[in-house]
Amino acid sequence: MSAVSAVGSVGSVGTAGVVSMRQAFVDTVEEVMENDPRVAVVLAEISRDVFRPSPRVVNVGIREQAMVGVGSGLALSGMRPVVHTYAPFLVERPFEQIKLDFGHQDVGGVFVSIGGSYDDPVWGRTHQAPGDVALFDTLPGWRIVVPGHGGEVEGVVREALAGDDRVYIRLSLRENSRAYPVSRKLTEVRRGSGGVVLAVGPMLEPVLAATEGVDVTVLYATSVRPFDEGGLRAAVAASRADVLLVEPYLAGTSAHVVAEALADVPHRLRALGVRRESELRAYGTAEDHDSAHDLDVLGIAAAVRRLFGHPV
Amino acid sequence: MAVASGAGLNGSEAGVGARQSGLGGGGAGLGGGEVGVGGEVGVAGVGFAAIPALFERMSGDEKHEWAAASTLHVLWVLYDRVLNVSPERVDDPDRDRFLLSKGHGPMAYYAVLAAKGYLDPSTLDTWTQWDSPLGQHPDRVLVPGVEISSGSLGHGLPIAVGMAVGLRLQGRDAARVVVLVGDAELDEGSNHEAIALAGRLGLSNLTVVVVDNESGTHGWPGGVATRFAVEGWASSTVDGSDQEALYSAFVGVDSSRPSVVVARVVKGA
Repeated sequence: MSAVSAVGSVGSVGTAGVVSMRQAFVDTVEEVMENDPRVAVVLAEISRDVFRPSPRVVNVGIREQAMVGVGSGLALSGMRPVVHTYAPFLVERPFEQIKLDFGHQDVGGVFVSIGGSYDDPVWGRTHQAPGDVALFDTLPGWRIVVPGHGGEVEGVVREALAGDDRVYIRLSLRENSRAYPVSRKLTEVRRGSGGVVLAVGPMLEPVLAATEGVDVTVLYATSVRPFDEGGLRAAVAASRADVLLVEPYLAGTSAHVVAEALADVPHRLRALGVRRESELRAYGTAEDHDSAHDLDVLGIAAAVRRLFGHPV
Repeated sequence: MAVASGAGLNGSEAGVGARQSGLGGGGAGLGGGEVGVGGEVGVAGVGFAAIPALFERMSGDEKHEWAAASTLHVLWVLYDRVLNVSPERVDDPDRDRFLLSKGHGPMAYYAVLAAKGYLDPSTLDTWTQWDSPLGQHPDRVLVPGVEISSGSLGHGLPIAVGMAVGLRLQGRDAARVVVLVGDAELDEGSNHEAIALAGRLGLSNLTVVVVDNESGTHGWPGGVATRFAVEGWASSTVDGSDQEALYSAFVGVDSSRPSVVVARVVKGA
């Protein structure tokens, strides 16, 4: 319970010094709720104090299976549920409920996590969920969005609330220093001829730093499923078919969609992300963990040199 | 309500197809001619007596399996006398909802749905085949009137809680949610999350019927009903084969809080 309380009180200001992703999410949901009676929120203690009390904000207590089941029942009764808690408790603990109560029932809902892969590593493995996107990716029909800045959240949340589909929005304390225009397509941030680096959400800024002065195309993705295959093919055609994928969650999560997108193009692919091979039993800071997973500027730059043969 | 996915669209088509082929199929093997005519008139004049023949279309012999179906009398009383539902109103937002959480062994459910006009009886002849909408677990996308797809235990009750909350939030106060679970299904912890939550939320529009054939390996000392009562539910325990007793229990529930009806049936059924 102490961990729950502490996580629930994570500050509202993100690393970028503006409104955090979570606060932007909450503000947007509350605004939309004023005009859209379909929208209802289901919580399991986490973020209970961030939402204003409302009959349409239901805190089920520390009951994550019920949280997802209740979300499904709301959807089946004609509402647009927002299901929200810390990533491991949202995705991993009630995973069968996500698979069956939403997918198999063929209803929609908006799942929103906080915590990322290791936003606050002092809590250890129990509060880390680097596998969340990979898990959602095993289920058909989910749109997955990974914003890279608090300023990108409002548009993402509004679009999700207005729809009927199944959406997973992955929020984090890790942010780029500025917002980029959000699109369901890949956004070209930099163009070069030596290959393509695809940065997901908060990985954009370290990728830009790691590729400074390197002749490569940098693409930015917030919508990772469905994957913009056409955008990647076009970028590769205009550059080289060498792709470095940099994701803030489990390494290789999107390797299969890149391979599918380039199925008829001889290519090389390297995928960076949270390492799979062993559990990292260490606390410290998120930056320490970036470093351990080669997701900091040094680690990404090393991968860039190896893949693209940059002569440094 | 439904996500516009390929699977959903295919499902709808399969359902329509099954109905159409059923209309051509006639009423072979049925005692009552009305049932064979199909969906439109299935409600009228088809009584409980039609159930054995409908069962036989699935079981394929005369083993009298229908008589051993633990859920049959509960399902019949609900669809015949309690639920405010009909095949013409499967999308009516104010309809009652019946959720078969214990989706295993759905023959009784399909038989009742056929008797009540949701399914053409001929659909039963090919159940569990490749292009049948009827599987060993029901799928709401494929079968008109089926409110949830079930099979994995412990999902229906939390979903029912969400439905009850959703109906209440939308002011649909007349609509009632009834969910059927098995006593062994209560082993799943997700049910206990939902039982406590529904009690605290005071969901008076929610009724759980527990078909209790004492099939849970470790049992419920003190009886199933006490697990609900301690969380503030109204409870009653009746003979699950006594249709009058079941009816009285369903219509006589305490209207100020969630209710559970424990329907006791013979072990092994």
